[in-house]
Amino acid sequence: MDNFFIAIGLILGILSLICLYRGIFGPTDIDRIIGVGVVGTKTLIILLLIGLLYKRLDMFVDIALVYAILNFIGVLIFAKYFIKKGVL
Amino acid sequence: MSILMVSNIIVIVFILLGVFFMFAGTIGFLRLPDFYSRMHATGKSDTLGVFLSCIGIALYTLQGGLYLANILVSLKIMFIAVFWFLGGPTATHALLKSAFKSGITPWTKDGRAVIEWPPK
Repeated sequence: MDNFFIAIGLILGILSLICLYRGIFGPTDIDRIIGVGVVGTKTLIILLLIGLLYKRLDMFVDIALVYAILNFIGVLIFAKYFIKKGVL
Repeated sequence: MSILMVSNIIVIVFILLGVFFMFAGTIGFLRLPDFYSRMHATGKSDTLGVFLSCIGIALYTLQGGLYLANILVSLKIMFIAVFWFLGGPTATHALLKSAFKSGITPWTKDGRAVIEWPPK
């Protein structure tokens, strides 16, 4: 099963690189915010897979939980304070 | 066919389904023409992908034996899945609402606006 988890982690890494393209060259600023958020959701699964590979899932699941909460709060703060009328 | 092999197959099916949904969301995020349609692609399919992958990883954790530590780790992973199932669409909705207020008109095929702008 370890080879399967490594393959899934590689696929998710490639997918987050594709999303990072949209995060860097996005036409508007909101595209960049969404790109960073999508990379965050893929990193959540990659963190759990790293925990399975290192046999320390009890430690990595806390890091993944904090990462999920920070990602959620970050997008909410961007949506509330960063986008004003007529800025984009 | 032992019970371990059946459990492994269930775990592999769940994680592959989750990765498939994430892949579809990424393709939509790369190729769709407008900000709103890109958000439509990623906001739903990424949430379902995280949910299915977390279910698969939690089932794989329970294979080590039904001890208290394994059950607690599995419950935490399911808590991450449920939290993201509630939080992901909420974040998407907040971002879309603020983008709509900031004055971005939705994309249409013939260039005409679907809605009257600015909204009264």
